[in-house]
Amino acid sequence: MSLVTLQDLTIRHSGNPVLTNVNFTITKGEIVTLVGPNGSGKSTLLRAVIGALRPNSGQVIRAPGLRIGYVPQKLHIDPTLPLTVRRFLSLPTRVPNSMADQALDQAGAGPLANRQMSRLSGGQFQRVLLARALLCNPQLLILDEATQGLDQPGSAAFYQQIETVRQQLGCAVLMVSHELHVVMAASDRVICLNGHICCEGEPEHVASAPEYRALFGTGTQGALALYRHEHNHSHDSDCDHHSHEAAE
Amino acid sequence: MILFDSFLIYAALAGLGVAIAAAPLGCFVVWRRMAYFGDATAHASILGVALALSFEISIFAGVLIVALLMAATVSTLSNRGYAMDTILGVLAHSALAFGLVAVSFLQGVRIDLMAYLFGEILAVGLLDLIVIWAGALLVLSLLWWRWSALLTATLNPDLAYAAGIDPRREQLVLTLALALVVAVAIKVVGVLLISAMLIIPAATARPFAGTPERMAVMAAAIGGLSALGGLQLAFAFDTPTGPTIVCLAALLFTLSSVTTLLFRGPSA
Repeated sequence: MSLVTLQDLTIRHSGNPVLTNVNFTITKGEIVTLVGPNGSGKSTLLRAVIGALRPNSGQVIRAPGLRIGYVPQKLHIDPTLPLTVRRFLSLPTRVPNSMADQALDQAGAGPLANRQMSRLSGGQFQRVLLARALLCNPQLLILDEATQGLDQPGSAAFYQQIETVRQQLGCAVLMVSHELHVVMAASDRVICLNGHICCEGEPEHVASAPEYRALFGTGTQGALALYRHEHNHSHDSDCDHHSHEAAE
Repeated sequence: MILFDSFLIYAALAGLGVAIAAAPLGCFVVWRRMAYFGDATAHASILGVALALSFEISIFAGVLIVALLMAATVSTLSNRGYAMDTILGVLAHSALAFGLVAVSFLQGVRIDLMAYLFGEILAVGLLDLIVIWAGALLVLSLLWWRWSALLTATLNPDLAYAAGIDPRREQLVLTLALALVVAVAIKVVGVLLISAMLIIPAATARPFAGTPERMAVMAAAIGGLSALGGLQLAFAFDTPTGPTIVCLAALLFTLSSVTTLLFRGPSA
């Protein structure tokens, strides 16, 4: 079942084309990663999917009643706005405490409910954003460079959490990331974007595609192979996740 | 007590009405950094006074129309090359200047300009009072109705879109509420001091509030206290009422800031 389909999508910012004739579909339970250099239209594509941008031509077709959980790239909260984590989770729809606690646990942000948003560390903040995105029991989770500003162990832990969440909820995940080797290995499909779709397919396919190498060089391939080994290993036995987390 | 005369009761109720509508709206003005936006809308309303007098329509209607036009102009001009504070700085002061010039063209109408610049709360009549409270209640119900959506859009427009909320519509709601507050507050504090009633109570409440709702309620209480206290002080010391109300609000703000510095450290 397709959740979102983009048909011949073209978007311009003040006359300049950012995305040209993009065709894209994400289906139930799939993890799709968008990679591409700065200014290649990754965020623009995500914003079109959530409905924040109107296409200049083409169409965005969402499954009826689609529930989207969105984790933005960064969220600046003005220091004049007092906001506890618990209150933040009830925006825009009030949720009961049990649901809020469950979402915080799922996102690995358990004990933070009564903290002020402005006092959270970068990693805690991203986990709270993730918890909020989980509250609507999303069919599609969208992450826009959600680990920006986190150090490498921090972002690795965050993506681990995403994968745990995906297994629990069975939601599709659409994400943008710069950390190619971490993210690509966990993806079912990778789309290499540079104003248009350069190439797409399974991570191995994209990583060896000439279009991808032209954009990113060959340096990432070794890291990809390295990570993939580890990743496959943790999936050989399903209960391996605890030891994996403990090893961090 | 001195609040026995009917004009004083009217004045107190008028001040209270404006304060409790302006303060929660003022929280959004502070959170969204729209202080100048409030100024521009308020300053433009003197032009509304001139129009109302020359076309012989009610001041309230004239001010409301011009305030809305001003808000629409600001929204249209934003993201067109100049920084927002530049646009607002240009518009706020030129609107005030054009308004003052327009008023001077009015032939045969003797108007007390000071009354519109600084308010004349003691001249509030029963009809004014009804208009003020109707406007205030309308603003409060607008905020009540849209509260969650407004907060979400204030946090981040994309979060709003993802939740099916159109942040542009919420911006429109705020603009409308702002124009209403300006229109009802002009009689009480005047065009030059309306922004103070929006911003000072909200800023005063900030250090003591843990959630947006508490901040809004505390701001309303602080605004109401300033209005009633300022009225009494103005009566006792024979000072202009509007400015006295704002002075009291400013003193409360100072008290709040000093308390925060002393007891919680500068980071609170």
